[in-house]
Amino acid sequence: MNTAKVSSAQHPRRIGRTDILQFILYGRAFIALILVVLIFSILSPQFLSTQNMVIMSKHVAQNALLAIGMTFVILTAGIDLSVGSIVGLTAMIAGGLINEGIRLDFLGAVVYPHTWTIILISLMAGTLMGAINGIVITRFRVAPFIATLGMLYVARGFAGLRNNGYTFANIVGRPEFGNTGFERLGAGDFLGISYSIWIMATFALVAWLVTKRLPFGRHVYAIGGNERAAELSGVRVNPTKVAVYMISGFCSAMVGLIIASELVAAHPATGESYELNAIAAVVLGGTSLAGGRGGIGGTIIGAFVIGILGDGLVMLGVSSFWQKVIKGAVIVLAVIIDQAQARMQERIALQKQQELSSTLPNETNA
Amino acid sequence: MNLIDPTPLPEFLPPRNPEPQQIVLRADNITKVFPGTLALDKVTFNVYGGKVNVLVGENGAGKSTLMKILAGAEQPTSGRILLDGKEIRLRTPLDATRHGIGIIYQELNLCPNLSVMDNIFLAREIRKQGVIDKKSERETVINLMKRLEHSIDPDALVSDLRIGQQQIIEIAKALTQEVRVLIMDEPTSALSAAEVEVLFRVIEELKFQGVSIVYISHKLEELLQIGDFITVLRDGHVVAHEPIADIDVPWIIEQMVGRSLASVFSHEDHKSGDTLLRVENLTLPRKGGGYLLNHISFDLRAGEILGFYGLMGAGRSDMADCLAGRRPEASGQIYLCGQELKGNSVSERLAAGIVLIPEDRQRDGLIPPLSVDHNMLLASLQKYVNKVFLLRKSEEKAVLDMIRDLSIRVASPTQPITSLSGGNQQKVVFAKGLLTEPKVLLLDEPTRGIDVGAKSEIFEIVNRLAKQGYGIIFISSELKEIMAISDRIIVMSKGLITGEFSRDEATEEKLVSASFIGHSLNDTKNGNNHHK
Repeated sequence: MNTAKVSSAQHPRRIGRTDILQFILYGRAFIALILVVLIFSILSPQFLSTQNMVIMSKHVAQNALLAIGMTFVILTAGIDLSVGSIVGLTAMIAGGLINEGIRLDFLGAVVYPHTWTIILISLMAGTLMGAINGIVITRFRVAPFIATLGMLYVARGFAGLRNNGYTFANIVGRPEFGNTGFERLGAGDFLGISYSIWIMATFALVAWLVTKRLPFGRHVYAIGGNERAAELSGVRVNPTKVAVYMISGFCSAMVGLIIASELVAAHPATGESYELNAIAAVVLGGTSLAGGRGGIGGTIIGAFVIGILGDGLVMLGVSSFWQKVIKGAVIVLAVIIDQAQARMQERIALQKQQELSSTLPNETNA
Repeated sequence: MNLIDPTPLPEFLPPRNPEPQQIVLRADNITKVFPGTLALDKVTFNVYGGKVNVLVGENGAGKSTLMKILAGAEQPTSGRILLDGKEIRLRTPLDATRHGIGIIYQELNLCPNLSVMDNIFLAREIRKQGVIDKKSERETVINLMKRLEHSIDPDALVSDLRIGQQQIIEIAKALTQEVRVLIMDEPTSALSAAEVEVLFRVIEELKFQGVSIVYISHKLEELLQIGDFITVLRDGHVVAHEPIADIDVPWIIEQMVGRSLASVFSHEDHKSGDTLLRVENLTLPRKGGGYLLNHISFDLRAGEILGFYGLMGAGRSDMADCLAGRRPEASGQIYLCGQELKGNSVSERLAAGIVLIPEDRQRDGLIPPLSVDHNMLLASLQKYVNKVFLLRKSEEKAVLDMIRDLSIRVASPTQPITSLSGGNQQKVVFAKGLLTEPKVLLLDEPTRGIDVGAKSEIFEIVNRLAKQGYGIIFISSELKEIMAISDRIIVMSKGLITGEFSRDEATEEKLVSASFIGHSLNDTKNGNNHHK
């Protein structure tokens, strides 16, 4: 450590062009977010209205929750295409349990579980689907893309089968069954901020702590960076991988519940193509699809940029076709900038190392 | 660069050659800097027309870098490349091919999923109106195989071939190109003696056709047999250049190693303690029959450095992998401090106190996107946890202590691991292993690909660890190195232990001949009855 202290002492702070450029590149996602907010609030007077903020943040919350789970998966160099379908299936499971209960044919009775039990069952179902993804990937060595693509179809299929393609409407429960209150998850608020945003904030905080401060998080990064080396360092690679898909499934189930509750209905097509938005948010936030690089902070900002961009363009009356063009361009541009930043950081690190060896002329003679 | 050797390195010497030779290709004053190392320092290398130009040097001397520059795969930091006296620029391997420079790499560069024929003509397919002319490709390959005296089916998949056969395909590939200069980087490393003879006949044929050969090999007798001129590289410098006729094997070794050998490979005496590790009947079956490890038994004392010598594929790395828990299919008993080890996963072996420093640092040792400190702590994270969270303070302390103990040169512990030189990266991998507080260290070629200075530091560290009572298994292919550091040396060949020598008994000849037991080359000399 002495050497590090010495070298920083030898170079008093001089803020050069590279420092500023580095700062811009490093904080690019945040800068982009501020820019997007600024531009829309100038162009559209309603943009900053409370009502709009509430709607937008709800949209952001859903995508951010999916993206948090997706971040874990992508950090291990995997991918989860099934999140949208798990959203749909868990919504249908929750809706079905409220409206139809659990039929126990051998007793000739129907049991209506309590709302909390229903939420718990749905979350467990989503986690289980994630676990199946993980086991197929690790035990049977199926590529994550294929395994989760399979789950995308299977889960969506079951979502349709659950009620023959019909919606479970008006899922508010009945007081005599003691299963009311499900709609409060989507409509209720605490301190004027809706539950879904609190949930997102909680998930984000926990996920951040897990990635930064828990051995499990370090293992996730290590697996994405070099699976063989991680294995040799004693990381239990397969259980860790199964766990990240379970996290992703759990987050998806949470989103399924929130959407069903907001709409007070469970539709089998809920969450279709949400996986792409989640992946976009993760990538926009600077997490590398090759694994090992990135983090939750970037993902949250990425989710905000994508959500605000989408809603803002709608408010401005931009055609939905142009919205897609802009969104696609922004995602690719973000990755291009990301690469530039990675190269630059590498160069800076090499420079520092060379400065160090020039201050130690006896490098090879120690 | 190398300050260990007090005598200045001799300047590049022109060949003492009576008849004037035509220089076809010349690397002129080439310097190549990699982050942290000077791979080549003002190297001049001549390739004479129609001759076999041999290039030798120890691992890390700069041979491969020089070859990559001549083949267009790397760009020199400074210096010129002259072809027929005219300067040429080789920006890509394709540029080199266009100038008639072909290369057979040491690592096989074949696509295992394609057929022999497709590989040989890859990117140079014979075309008839834009469509691949399979028929004439097949004919060419059949003729080539006749010339190389091999009967390999042109339609066979490369993944189905033996390594030796794949090597032949590499050579055939180079022969289909119209080359003026052919670079061969260890072409015989996977060939049998009979196959080597065929290759040498092909080389003679090529020489006759005026093709210039650049030949790299570690097999010194082989060089004397085939070479015309020899150039010796050491630590990025040309230290000698002579016609082969004037020199012999001891001369080559002296030039390669220099006089710094004793100071690089220091051995410190230390006492060995009680038996720490006992391995009995360790067996690892080979896919498709036979054994990678055939009932291996040995023991290791505390504070002992046990060397493992052998040829490539002798089973040394497999042995280390088995001990480290990377091969759950292995059978046999392993006792650590008298207790039989039950679990056979890496994490269980780490917990028991066996840690492996892997042979291939890039593939198995480093996590490239992570910083130095995160790489170093990966194997021992549970030690820095307070119930749930990682404690930054104790993590930092462990890292800084290791950086100091192993004198790892970093600007900051949080810098990317990829910005370090090979030697410092290796020390980080060492630190990662040591932080798990092991009892037994398995070092698989720990000095591969690092410069001499870092090598001697690694030696110091290993000596120090032995003194502290660690049991150390030291695997190396470099004779000098293993003889210098080991208290005892076990030689392996074809999955069997074929020799065991104490420090005083061991000589280069004994080690080498034991390492050839079971190989066809020396069957007549040593007999084949050493198998159990």
